[in-house]
Amino acid sequence: MPTTAPAFADATASDSALRRFLHGLPGVDAVGLEARAASLGTRSIKTTAKAYAIDLAISMIDLTTLEGSDTPGKVRALAAKAVHPDPTDRTTPHTAAVCVYPDMAATAVAALAGSGVKVASVATAFPAGRAALDVKLADVRDAVAAGADEIDMVIDRGAFLSGRYLKVYEEILAVKAECGRARLKVIFETGELSTYDNIRRASWLGMLAGADFIKTSTGKVGVNATPANTLLMLEAVRDFRAQTGVQIGVKPAGGIRTSKDAIKFLVLVNETAGEDWLDSRWFRFGASSLLNDLLMQRQKLSTGRYSGPDYVTVD
Amino acid sequence: MASAFEYAPAPESRSVVDIAPSYGLFIDGEFTDAADGQVFKTVSPSSEEVLSEVARAGTADVDRAVQAARRAFEKWSALPGSERAKYLFRIARIIQERSRELAVLETLDNGKPIKETRDADLPLVAAHFFYYAGWADKLDHAGYGANPRPLGVAGQIIPWNFPLLMLAWKIAPALATGNTVVLKPAETTPLSALFFADICRQAGLPKGVVNILTGYGDAGSALVEHPDVNKIAFTGSTAVGKAIARQIAGTGKKATLELGGKGANIVFDDAPVDQAVEGIVTGIFFNQGQVCCAGSRLLVQESIEDELLDSLKRRLSTLRLGDPLDKNTDIGAINSQEQLSRITALVETGEAEGADRWSAPCELPSAGYWFAPTLFTGVTQAHTVARDEIFGPVLSVLSFRTPDEAVAKANNSQYGLSAGIWTEKGSRILAVANKLRAGVVWANTFNKFDPTSPFGGYKESGFGREGGRHGLEGYLDV
Repeated sequence: MPTTAPAFADATASDSALRRFLHGLPGVDAVGLEARAASLGTRSIKTTAKAYAIDLAISMIDLTTLEGSDTPGKVRALAAKAVHPDPTDRTTPHTAAVCVYPDMAATAVAALAGSGVKVASVATAFPAGRAALDVKLADVRDAVAAGADEIDMVIDRGAFLSGRYLKVYEEILAVKAECGRARLKVIFETGELSTYDNIRRASWLGMLAGADFIKTSTGKVGVNATPANTLLMLEAVRDFRAQTGVQIGVKPAGGIRTSKDAIKFLVLVNETAGEDWLDSRWFRFGASSLLNDLLMQRQKLSTGRYSGPDYVTVD
Repeated sequence: MASAFEYAPAPESRSVVDIAPSYGLFIDGEFTDAADGQVFKTVSPSSEEVLSEVARAGTADVDRAVQAARRAFEKWSALPGSERAKYLFRIARIIQERSRELAVLETLDNGKPIKETRDADLPLVAAHFFYYAGWADKLDHAGYGANPRPLGVAGQIIPWNFPLLMLAWKIAPALATGNTVVLKPAETTPLSALFFADICRQAGLPKGVVNILTGYGDAGSALVEHPDVNKIAFTGSTAVGKAIARQIAGTGKKATLELGGKGANIVFDDAPVDQAVEGIVTGIFFNQGQVCCAGSRLLVQESIEDELLDSLKRRLSTLRLGDPLDKNTDIGAINSQEQLSRITALVETGEAEGADRWSAPCELPSAGYWFAPTLFTGVTQAHTVARDEIFGPVLSVLSFRTPDEAVAKANNSQYGLSAGIWTEKGSRILAVANKLRAGVVWANTFNKFDPTSPFGGYKESGFGREGGRHGLEGYLDV
C-alpha cells in the first residue's frame, strides 16, 4: 500500500516525479511473498467448491493461439472450442475470449459473432515490443478496426529497465487512446522485469496509465505467470481500488496448464483481491492447454470417472 | 468469509490414527498402570470429546521411572556415538513415515489446525531428530574438548502448545549426548508422547533410555525433586519455572528453562508492508498465539500505523476459524477451558484499562474452546495487555516514532525471548537487532524454526539454549 496516496496526477507530471512515486512504493520481500503464495497453494478445494472453481476458471480463459503457423482454419477451430468447450455437455460455460494476433482478429470476430465470447488481440509488436511507436499504434489500430474487443499490449521493457518510466507510461497512454471501446490489457513480461519490486512498480505504472487489465507475461519467455507474481499484482489492484475506487483486472498468462494450478490462482484471487474479482470481467487466464484439463476434471466430477485426452477435443 | 467461492469441507481423515481407550505410563520399555491406579481423561479441545484415559503418575511412578533411566544410563552412555546415532536416525525416519498419523493425533489432542501439525510441527520434529543424530558421533568437535560426558538422567517437563515438537527439542539432544530421559508431557496433551513411546519400541531403543510419565504438576514436581535426577529441562510458564529454580537451588542439578515471552514485532515505515502483515499474522495467530515466542506486541512506526492496521484487519477477516482437522482451517481451538478463561480474563482487563478491542468477524463453534483473533489498539507500555503474556490470539498494538524509541519499548519487558524487525533497509536490521535483548531476532519474517538455530531467552524468559550446537551444552558435563 503506497504511502503517497492522493497525488497521482503529480506522480506522472515528469520522469523524475514518476520515478519518485514508483520507488516510494513499499518494497516486496521475495521470501515472504513466495511463502504466502505457497501457503495459499495448500488450500484444499473439494466437491462443490471444486465444481464452482472449474466452471469459473473455464469462463475466465482467454483461449490463445499466438503462433507463426496460425491460419484462419486454426482460429475458427479455436473459436468453436471457445463457444462450446465440451461438445458432449452444453452446460459447460464458454471461455471469456479468444486471443490471437491482429491479422487473425477479423477471422475470430466473424467466427464468434453473437456468441458472447470476446476477441482479444495482442498488438504493439508483440511479444518483444521492439518497434517504433507509430508501428505499434498502427498494429493496435488494425486490431481495433478488425473488431477486437480487447487489446493485449506489451510494455517497453528496455525503457522500463533503464528507468525511463515516463516513456513507458506515455506509450500506454497512446495505445489506450487508440483502443476506443476495446479494453486494454497491459503485459509487463514479468520474467524480464525479473524482480518483484519491478513488478509492483510496473503494476502501478500500468494502472496509472489507464490499463483495464494488468497481465503478467506473453507466454514467450522462460518464466511466465507464477503464483507469487500474480499474488503481487492482485495486491496492487486491491490497493489501487482502495485508493481510487477504480477496479482493474488481472491476467496471469503462460505456464498454467492444470486444473489444480488454475484453482490455486483462484484461491489467490479470492483471498487477496476478494470475491469482486471472481468474474471474467476482472480475472483471466491466458492459456491454451489448460482448458482441456479443466474439461477432463469437470467430466470427472459429473460422472465420477476419469475419461482421458481422447474425450476432449484437440484443436 | 462470505464469498461466492465457499470452500467445501476438506477434513483430514481421522481413521489414520488409532487411539486406544486407555494408556499406561511408559517405564523401562513397558506400558504400565500407575502404582496407585489413578487415571485422567484427555479431551479434544475443539469438541470436548474424550479421546482416551491415561495413567496419572504419582511419586512412586516417578521413582520407578528414574530408577529405570538410571539403570539404562550406564550402557547407553557407553555406546559409541555412532551407535546412538543409529537409533536417533531410526526414530527420525519412523516419525516421517508416521507423520500423517501423528499430525492427526496432535491436532485432535491439542486443537491446532492440521495445516500446522502437517506442515510445521511434524517436519520440525523429524528434522530435530535427524539434526541431533548427526551430532552424536561428533561431540569431540562441539567445542567442549575431547570426549565430553553426559550428565546422567534428565528430567524433562514439556508444555501443551507444541507437544511432540517440545518432546523432540528435549529428547533428541539428551539422547545424542548419552543421557537417559524421564519426560512428562502436559496433562492436556499426553497422547503424542505416548505414541512416541511406541516409536521408541519400534526403533528398538534399549529399555529405560526413554520413559514417559503422563500426569499433572505433582508428578513434574516429584521429578524435579528426585535426588537421582541430574538435569531438569523445563518449558512452560515463568511462574512454574521460578518454582523449579527454587526447588533445585543448591542440589547441583543442571537446568534449562524456556519460559514466557512478550515478543515485540517492530514494523518500520520502510517495511515490505504486505509481507509484514503476513508476518504479524504468523507472529501472533500461529497456533492460536499459544507460542512462548509469539510476536504479541506489535510496535509500528506511527507514520504508517493507520494503513498498516487497515491492512491487518482486512487480512484477519480472511482467517478461517473452525474444525482443526479441516485442511483449510487457519485458526483452531484454544487448548483448554483453563487457558480460554485466562485469555478471556486478560482481554477483559485490556478493555477495562481502556484499550480498544477489535476482533475478527467469525462464528465460533458451540462446542469446544474458542477465541476469535483479536487486537488491541490504543495500547501503551502501562497497559496489562502490553506487559503480561496472554498466550492466546491477542495482539497489542503500540506505536513508536524513532528506532531508538522502538528499541527502548521492545526491551522494556520482563521477558526477552523473541523479536521481529521489518524494514527493507539492511543496515537498520543489523543496528536494531544488536540492541534488542531477545534470544531470537527475526528479520522480515517471524516464527521460523530450524533445528540448527539455538533458541532461548533473556531475563524472565529463562536460560539455557535449545537447538543447534548450543543445545548440546545443556546435556553435557561441561
